[in-house]
Amino acid sequence: MNGVNYWNLFAITLPESLLEVISLVVLIVDLGLLRKSSHATRMAVAAVLGVVGCAASIWWLSGHAGSEAAVGDFLVATPLVAAAQIGILILTGLVLLLSIKAEFSRNPGEFVAIVLLGTTGMMLVAAARDLLMIFVALELLSLSLYVLTAFAKNSAQSAEAALKYYLFGGMSAALMLFGFSYLYGLTGTTSLPGIAQMLATGATSPLLIVALVLVAAGLGFKVAAVPFHLWAPDTYQGAPAPVTALIASGSKVASFAVLVALTTALAGASSSASGTSASSMSASSMSWIVLLLWMAAGSIVLGNLAALVQTSVRRLLAYSAIAHAGYMLLGIAAHTPQSGAAVLYYALTYALTTVGAFGVIAVVERATGSDRLDAFAGLSRRSPLLAGTMLIFLLSLAGIPPLVGFWAKFNLFASVLRAGTIGVWGLGLVAVALAASAVSLYYYLQVLKRIYVIKPVQAEPLAISFVELTTLILIALAVIALGVLPGALSGWIQLG
Amino acid sequence: MLAYTIYLSFAGALILALLPRVPASFARVLALFFALGGLAVAVAGFIAGGTQGNVAVADVAWVPAMGIHYTLAADGISRVLVLLTGLASVAGVLFSWNIDERTNEFFAFYLVLIGGVYGVFLSVDLFLLFVFYEIAIVPKYFLIAIWGSTRREYGAMKLALYSFAGSAMVLIGLLAAYATAGAHTMDLHALARYPFPVSFQMWAFPLVFTGFAILAGMWPFHTWAPTGHVAAPTAASMLLAGVVMKLGAYGCLRVAMTLFPHGLDPWGFSFFGLDSWRTVFGLLAVIGIVYGAAVALVQDDFKFVIGYSSVSHMGLVLLGLLTLSQIGIDGAVLQMFSHGVLAGLLFAIVGRVVYGRTHTRDLNKLSKLQLGKAMPFAAWLFVIAGMASMGLPGFSGFIAELQVLIGAWQVYPWFAAVAGVGIVVGVAYTWRAMQKAFFSDTPAVTADGAAVPIPRYEPITWPEAAGVILLAGTSLVVGLYPRLLLDVITPATHALLMGGRP
Repeated sequence: MNGVNYWNLFAITLPESLLEVISLVVLIVDLGLLRKSSHATRMAVAAVLGVVGCAASIWWLSGHAGSEAAVGDFLVATPLVAAAQIGILILTGLVLLLSIKAEFSRNPGEFVAIVLLGTTGMMLVAAARDLLMIFVALELLSLSLYVLTAFAKNSAQSAEAALKYYLFGGMSAALMLFGFSYLYGLTGTTSLPGIAQMLATGATSPLLIVALVLVAAGLGFKVAAVPFHLWAPDTYQGAPAPVTALIASGSKVASFAVLVALTTALAGASSSASGTSASSMSASSMSWIVLLLWMAAGSIVLGNLAALVQTSVRRLLAYSAIAHAGYMLLGIAAHTPQSGAAVLYYALTYALTTVGAFGVIAVVERATGSDRLDAFAGLSRRSPLLAGTMLIFLLSLAGIPPLVGFWAKFNLFASVLRAGTIGVWGLGLVAVALAASAVSLYYYLQVLKRIYVIKPVQAEPLAISFVELTTLILIALAVIALGVLPGALSGWIQLG
Repeated sequence: MLAYTIYLSFAGALILALLPRVPASFARVLALFFALGGLAVAVAGFIAGGTQGNVAVADVAWVPAMGIHYTLAADGISRVLVLLTGLASVAGVLFSWNIDERTNEFFAFYLVLIGGVYGVFLSVDLFLLFVFYEIAIVPKYFLIAIWGSTRREYGAMKLALYSFAGSAMVLIGLLAAYATAGAHTMDLHALARYPFPVSFQMWAFPLVFTGFAILAGMWPFHTWAPTGHVAAPTAASMLLAGVVMKLGAYGCLRVAMTLFPHGLDPWGFSFFGLDSWRTVFGLLAVIGIVYGAAVALVQDDFKFVIGYSSVSHMGLVLLGLLTLSQIGIDGAVLQMFSHGVLAGLLFAIVGRVVYGRTHTRDLNKLSKLQLGKAMPFAAWLFVIAGMASMGLPGFSGFIAELQVLIGAWQVYPWFAAVAGVGIVVGVAYTWRAMQKAFFSDTPAVTADGAAVPIPRYEPITWPEAAGVILLAGTSLVVGLYPRLLLDVITPATHALLMGGRP
């Protein structure tokens, strides 16, 4: 990391710095000026400030999205990274808007500040191209999320979820760091391009396989892939709803972005779609790809099957998240530029849909005190608009056209099949994935059945604030619009 | 012009979904308006298309990066099936005039389904076709689960999962074809020109064909059909049997057989007499014909009789397709139209006219009600529809079945013979149902042995009469003058046969 150009560093990290400043401003305003105000005002002010911060960062990023820049070897700014970062910021902004009415915390200032810190971590993760940078950014992200998960101090579930998340997370971070140290020892460098170069020329050692397994464990935890998924259902269930939305959205996008970068380094960038065939891959890249494929297959099968028997909608979405992670890992294993872009497209649109779904869950929970399937009974008569948005989110997750979830799946699987890098495994696993997504329709319909078919226990309309409803409708419209006009994002993320 | 069938249906669905709680009567009229609009466009398109070949409807680049276009076009087959969809949708609205609960939602889901069906029949781009195909799946679930009857949640879920599993198989095949061809295009004709390796076609063809055939009710994947039909509200059963099962058969012909023609080639070895996928699916179709008819013969639930008869009739469609001859495929397409009209009519009579008044579908109970005397109009309607359905000359079913059987006879004499047996059983189950439901002479007796007086039922209402005249009249017209449709179908199937197979 010698010879860092600090001006360059400042220019690249301006959006992140902006978020840090805003998070401090939020703290100052909340603790300094609003100490006497009501909880609702404090939450609203803090959330709005946070949203403004996100908007400012987005504005700056989109003004500079076309340019490529790098700080040494450890932080880069490319159009794809910018797309991921803008996506993360939008997701955080939506989460903040949806948590305006949240009542789980008596410290709104701290909540919003930590959300912004975590977002900074996500943005850095997406841009990092150096093992140390990746680790530091991931820890910034993870520690923020641990704290946020425990934020509902009155809820034992929240504390339990946070402890589980923290213990699993700490363990996997340690494994990953251990793997990174082996990688450094084997290649003598911590930068991803450097590692790629060394691996391409050097011989394979058994230690490398150990290193890869350890790294896979660490990142597999972040994206909740089988067999490192055990924390997900409990955390999704126990954490406050906006925090779950954040874990399920922005943090996933960031982790998949770094997985794409890491896979490019470890498995070698195949330049064209018809690039390296399976036989000509080096042993190290082979083992990394095989690891990814196993994790993908396990996640797809286990996630979809386990979701079938859930009675809590949050747990159901947690298992569905595991399944979706499996689909995306398939795209990462194909490791072509096209499939990398397709994974990012999938992650962003999936995250958007999930934020919406958890927004609806939050409203229903506040009204009924439960996230069980039965709590959703008759929602279509208690609040037709809310039910309509949930219909759109769940059908998009199930991959029904013309919603964006279908597009993302089509694009992802087409890129996997076109890649040819994983040969017949690609076709086989795509077939498994599509078969599993037919299974997934069952559990999404279980929720929709409660919403539309079953009669409500209480008939009175559901209380929902204007901001929440508007945000949810906007997300739903975006899910439809992106599905009908899939080319809309192609300015940032190349399709095909 | 034909594209407006799709837009009208979706617009109607959107308006009905967004309307605040309107009176049921208003929602009905609105739905009828949009369905009639669709029918009017379909008829106009049918007449304007005449006997010419492919009529381009729309072509807009949709996702240029992936070579996906919004391409709509209609050849003779499409125009006939669009016409069928128009007829079935209007009749369906007429026969759901009694839906009082959540009426606007009902018709919103209904029109989404219709719009999706129109879209499938008109799409040339395979991606677009698949999008419309899936759009048609979801509303079926809600129509059955919310407004259905017997074991509705089970029937609805089973139907949705079977459909979705089938479409997943289709999607695998389409994605593989897209990736294998390498060219960035999903256009059916462009992809069909690509010489897919025979080894590829040998697995892709059965996959895609089966995927579509699930929706066409091919044995042994037909089990969703009877349960779904029985659980569905009348209009949904009419649509399911009338047009949705046609989507499957249409996909088999338009996608599977056009895209992978060499999948039908002989394997080069014989396995218990099966030497190609063509024989395998032909055998399954024949089993479906006989099995559906035989099971219909022993049902006690009136709707199950019609449900299984649909499996039997759709078997004839598949058999006709697999003959790969002009006359066989002509017959299959005509049978699609004919069955669409007649199955709609039968479900309407059983589900709306009879069940709506007697509140039972059990043939044994119905046989005690002396419906032949209590409801002479229903009895007459069923006699006409049943005769037409069993293939009486003068109705559309006759000429269609004849063509399929002639086509099959030329290629598979044995299959034709067995299918003929199935048709004879078809006469038997129709006769049995008719006799039990309407013309039984064992009146119910009270405990002390006195005859129960013939109950009085509500007379036929105007929407029912209009729907019946529409459907029965269509079948009669086509039966008396089949060239009306055949002149349109034949050039299209001829082009398919020339283009699809060397």
